[in-house]
Amino acid sequence: METAQDAAVSPSPENSRRSFLRSAVTIASGMSAFVAALSPLHELDADDVPTLEGFLQKHYKEMGPGEMQTALARIKREVDKRYSVDSVVRDVRPKEGVEFVYALNLSRCIGCRRCVHACVAENNQSRSPEIQYIRVLEMPRGTIDIERGNHHYDRPTVPDLLHYYMPVQCHQCANPPCVKVCPVEATWQESDGITVIDYDWCIGCRYCEAACPYWARRFNFVEPEIPKEQLNPEISYLSNRPRPKGVMEKCTFCLHRTREGKMPACLEACPVGARKFGNVLDPESEVAHILREKRVFVLKEDVGTLPRFFYYFDERYPRPEGEPALDPLHADEAKAR
Amino acid sequence: MIAAREYARFLWRCFRVSFAGDWRYHLWMTALTVVALLGLNAYAKQLVHGLGTAGLSDQVSWGLYIANFTFLVGMAAAAVMLVIPVYIYRNQELHDLVIFGELLAVAAILMCLAFVTVDLGRPDRFSHLFRRFNFPISMLTWDVVVLNGYLLLNLHICGYLVYCAYRRRRPSKLFYIPFVFVAIVWAVSIHTVTAFLYVGLGGRPFWNSAIIAPRFLASAFAAGPAFLLVTLWVLDSYTDYVVPAKAFATLKNIVTVALLINMFLLVCEVFTEFYTDSAHGVSARYLFFGLHGYHALVPWIWSAIGLNTSALLILLLPLSRRPALRNLACLMLIVGIWIEKGMGLIVPAFIPSPLGEIVEYLPTWNETLVCLGIWAFGLLVFTVLVRVTIPVLAGRLTIDRLYSPDYTRRVPVVLDHAQPTPEVLP
Repeated sequence: METAQDAAVSPSPENSRRSFLRSAVTIASGMSAFVAALSPLHELDADDVPTLEGFLQKHYKEMGPGEMQTALARIKREVDKRYSVDSVVRDVRPKEGVEFVYALNLSRCIGCRRCVHACVAENNQSRSPEIQYIRVLEMPRGTIDIERGNHHYDRPTVPDLLHYYMPVQCHQCANPPCVKVCPVEATWQESDGITVIDYDWCIGCRYCEAACPYWARRFNFVEPEIPKEQLNPEISYLSNRPRPKGVMEKCTFCLHRTREGKMPACLEACPVGARKFGNVLDPESEVAHILREKRVFVLKEDVGTLPRFFYYFDERYPRPEGEPALDPLHADEAKAR
Repeated sequence: MIAAREYARFLWRCFRVSFAGDWRYHLWMTALTVVALLGLNAYAKQLVHGLGTAGLSDQVSWGLYIANFTFLVGMAAAAVMLVIPVYIYRNQELHDLVIFGELLAVAAILMCLAFVTVDLGRPDRFSHLFRRFNFPISMLTWDVVVLNGYLLLNLHICGYLVYCAYRRRRPSKLFYIPFVFVAIVWAVSIHTVTAFLYVGLGGRPFWNSAIIAPRFLASAFAAGPAFLLVTLWVLDSYTDYVVPAKAFATLKNIVTVALLINMFLLVCEVFTEFYTDSAHGVSARYLFFGLHGYHALVPWIWSAIGLNTSALLILLLPLSRRPALRNLACLMLIVGIWIEKGMGLIVPAFIPSPLGEIVEYLPTWNETLVCLGIWAFGLLVFTVLVRVTIPVLAGRLTIDRLYSPDYTRRVPVVLDHAQPTPEVLP
């Protein structure tokens, strides 16, 4: 760049004026090109511009009751304005002594996908582009290798007798890989076993999406769209409130319903009763009964995630009348007797 | 206070010098600026419309951005391959060149940080990293720590050496030798931690392999020095900076051995995936041969293998002593390794999805522009750093010499002729 021969020349005033002008022109054109490059930012929605209130809002776990009320009021204000509704925004906390478990009866599921659509309606997922938490696989008989499942089956009637149907959604793992990888603790496991996301804290790196072995997490690549008349106005902070673009979302076992004794929307929509849900710590609950009595398995047991979502089959040959059920925990003792 | 003013003056003079050069320099810098601004424009569009402007999906949720990030972490780590010969094996031919390796590391880390930032859905929430940092559980937080630490280390080492040369002072070993040794270990750590980002995911069998970290290092130690070889050749040919011939030979040997090890590790990986024939190898089958009629990545991986093999053959032949062929081989292997890490390592892990669905990935034009923009920005930074460092190291831009920024009137003025000639760095 330089083959410097050192020669002493003092810059003349004329030279310095010309070089000043040249620098000025360079800097001015550089600045204007820079501003021109940023021009698409004019199209930013007023709602998309980060606010001081949003910036100051704390992580969910750090918010006191007052701060939570402020946050809920802000969410209500934004949702009401955007969707012209009168929403009810709450923060529903987990109950003591509850651990939720889901059980899905593969002998019964007919693959009608009613659960998928009930979930979308309840949880305010984007309709365009479509975001769904439940994926139903049409499986050929004789395998549980999900890679052989058909995601996009489209039949005039279901079920097809040569197939069985396997819905997959968040397994609410007891050892969740998605929680481990989050760099900002925007996702965590609650005391009742539900893994939740603070949509106001997520930075959108999608590491959790890469970590999930069940493909249970979804990302809002663009601004989610929900027609005003389809919005469910009963919303909660950690579950079904409308999400902004650029954050993750996932199934929360409908915690705004289930923590108050109701059943998840997908379960209520199931026409054949293939879906069972409840508190596994309660020995009288239906799920506790299923885990004791049925032929239960979990998906991808080998990845060590300890799912709280169990698949089971009905017994083809019910055990003889009067014979007690095998308690898997005490099976050996029972056999010895 | 005086020291601070003196330092500010140094930065200001460097800034002026960075605008001085011949027509080739100006053409290069203008072209890079234009591409960088096009990238910025594309990123502004992405900020408005969301990451939907990229070709990503819930199935393939990481693409070109993370691929480039991974590749550039390797480029940054490669500086160490110049540092080790000099400071451990006392190879003095490379001594002055170490600083160029470290400048490359600085530019590469800046590009890495830019690539991670553009991959975020909510860059406006960046501050959450400081307010609730999931360290040491999340490997991503480790990466944040090691990358920024490496940036600071390299900024300190080359900043200190260059400023000492500018002040015509002999650098105090205490102030930089310990950092050099820390940086050696640190360089290995940045690429290892980046490999652990992927390796630690049990749900992605394609990544869940212990060989990824060694493969990363081997490919980085081939691509990084190859990039430096080409850079040094440009400096040697088009500037008055003279690179010792032995330096080229040493670097070429490093590149050749690293590339050999990289190819060997690839063979190990391919054998394990295919001979066992387990479900583990579905993504590898998709990558190398296609799956159920989908084969978007097949041409990529085979061209990468072709490029790397040809580069290796050229480098092994005596023919490669000719700079043109050596440069060709270097460029081929840089492209080959870039593909191997991007389309060959990041993308296939997502195909098929954990539920067995095959959704292919094709980068969009907007996404590509953002990537090109970041590359242009990084090359701009690297060029400026090298542009400023050369006259300082050569003793032509020092505290007591005025340096005219106008290339055509290149007039360093020696104020005090009694001053000794500038000292050469130890």
